[in-house]
Amino acid sequence: MTEAAKAGLARGFANGPALVCYLMAGYPDRATSLACVRAAAAAGADVIELGVPYADPLADGPVIVEAARAARRGASGGFGLAETLELAAEFTGAPGGSDTPVALMTYLNPMLRLGLERLAETAEEKGVGGFIVPDLPPDNPLAARWRDAALAHHIDTVFLVAPTSTRERLETVAAASTGFIYCVSSVGLTGERESVPPLLAELVARVRAARPQGSDVPVAVGFGVAGPEQAAAVARVADAVVVGSAIVRRQADPEAVSAFVAGLAAAVHAR
Amino acid sequence: MSRAVSDVDARQGAYRAPDAEGYFGPYGGAFVPETVVPALEELARAFASRDDAFRQRLAVLLRDYVGRPTPLYLAQRLAKATGLARVYLKREDLAHTGAHKINNTLGQCLLAQHMGKRRVIAETGAGQHGVATATACALLGLDCAVFMGVEDIRRQSLNVYKMRLLGAEVIPVEEGGGTLADAVTAALRHWVERVEDTFYCIGSAVGPHPYPLIVREFQSVIGEEIIAQLDGRGAGRVDAVVACVGGGSNSIGTFYPFVSGIEASERPLLVGVEAAGLGLDTDRTGASITVGSPGVMHGFYSYLLQDEAGDPKEAYSISAGLDYPGVGPEHAFLHDEGLVRYEAVTDAEALQAFMLLTRTEGIIPAVESSHALALLPRLAAELGPDATVVVTVSGRGDKDIDIVREAGL
Repeated sequence: MTEAAKAGLARGFANGPALVCYLMAGYPDRATSLACVRAAAAAGADVIELGVPYADPLADGPVIVEAARAARRGASGGFGLAETLELAAEFTGAPGGSDTPVALMTYLNPMLRLGLERLAETAEEKGVGGFIVPDLPPDNPLAARWRDAALAHHIDTVFLVAPTSTRERLETVAAASTGFIYCVSSVGLTGERESVPPLLAELVARVRAARPQGSDVPVAVGFGVAGPEQAAAVARVADAVVVGSAIVRRQADPEAVSAFVAGLAAAVHAR
Repeated sequence: MSRAVSDVDARQGAYRAPDAEGYFGPYGGAFVPETVVPALEELARAFASRDDAFRQRLAVLLRDYVGRPTPLYLAQRLAKATGLARVYLKREDLAHTGAHKINNTLGQCLLAQHMGKRRVIAETGAGQHGVATATACALLGLDCAVFMGVEDIRRQSLNVYKMRLLGAEVIPVEEGGGTLADAVTAALRHWVERVEDTFYCIGSAVGPHPYPLIVREFQSVIGEEIIAQLDGRGAGRVDAVVACVGGGSNSIGTFYPFVSGIEASERPLLVGVEAAGLGLDTDRTGASITVGSPGVMHGFYSYLLQDEAGDPKEAYSISAGLDYPGVGPEHAFLHDEGLVRYEAVTDAEALQAFMLLTRTEGIIPAVESSHALALLPRLAAELGPDATVVVTVSGRGDKDIDIVREAGL
């Protein structure tokens, strides 16, 4: 595979509905989290989303909040963005590195602390293809600065839309997102829910329609997907399914992650 | 009086922060999950469209319900004890519910009502904002839930009981250090989940745009009254105006009318006092401007106590109201522009000032306000014995009796 083809997140969406698997870096410890990431990729994840442990996670539900806390507390010297970049490098790098694209999900402040331009450069070196920043709205001046830095290093930036988003907001988000558009399935935090919201198809259609003329940036749906049945339901209406808390809950055991992701992948890819 | 202020403002046209996106220089903005962006836009529209009826209703409540204007009291024995010619105390402790917080909660809860929201949430540190929100909700017939850290619940049990009496639900927050920062996070996270029917009433000059602007607007009555009251009694030259800064609501309310309405050459020295906690050279401090660095927390960019990796640090102060690792973005701007000076005083200095005011004037101040009072001896040394200083006493100290007793006073 050429270097250019390896950049960004696009190759994860090349073969029909995609499965995006979120795992918390450094949880329950570094080695186990790396084993879980490898297990998820081998079991059929099309994109790996690596969560960066952070002290003040505004958009996350209890499972991810608790995992972040445990990861930060467990590592001597802490576990944050720098450590997550190293973990990504070990997953993607030679020898035996994975071709599955990796996106980091991080809050903005650790990025600012490292420096946006320097971070984009480092992330490219470490084989990271994209960033998801839940507290950085796309029309924020810093979003433009980050996007420019990221694009210069072949890194996608994924912005989020919510059921509360107006048509105008959807257009702003859709125009700014590269890699994919992250569609939050229902109002609230990350975490498993009992069912797929009834208006999801309509929401996804609204997001698709808000994309700029000629854009086919994939629309991924996350927040609340608990298992294969819901994943299949989401895959029927969206280009990709994001599963987070349900995987993180199993992260103590790479084999459990492997079995669970295999079930999700079968459900998503069956379509 | 407020006419005089706006005349100067119009003539001078100098201070124009924030801009339309909520930036005070580089500080402020709105760094929030997309789910709440529409709610912030809706809030900004509702705030901008306040009409005469709204203003009139708030003005009547401030006069007849809160008891405004609060007195500007010439504290002669305190002045003598601290080596100053004159010390005026702006008595926010005499406002209904015992602190300045009610100015803002009445304004915001009227906005909530105006926007058709039936449910209000708030965060609280010392409990003063929680009590003030619960009070406004009782008055206006709104449902109320207040997020409060477990450590603060322990420190401020009287206010917890008051909130419950007023019909509010107090939701304990166990995360982190169980203090104000954790309560803000919990309230913001809850808002993300319930944004469609819930109004978030932020108590300090923090949070995503437009909150810092809204809180400044509703608290500016403090500084406007100070200017009018000084004029009214021909107080002559005032050398310094002092207020304590946690998130920074009573201080922005005190300073903003001076900064926006009075020319620099006529303007007294403005001093914000942060909590140094156990000392600026320790890890147990709340002095975000003095020892922090710029970063994003709770949806805004400002000075922040943070570690190398960009994780917010736990703040510490004996005062639950100043125990916050960030500071309102306008204070960061005022600091950088040199328009306000920021200093910090320790727990011990604040307790000393608490005792001094109690014994010289028979006024028991909040431990938060005691931080501002603790600056008086320093100002006397700097400005000399002929100086006149105004201090905003943001709240009364009944809630702090247990803390003071624990400290052995």
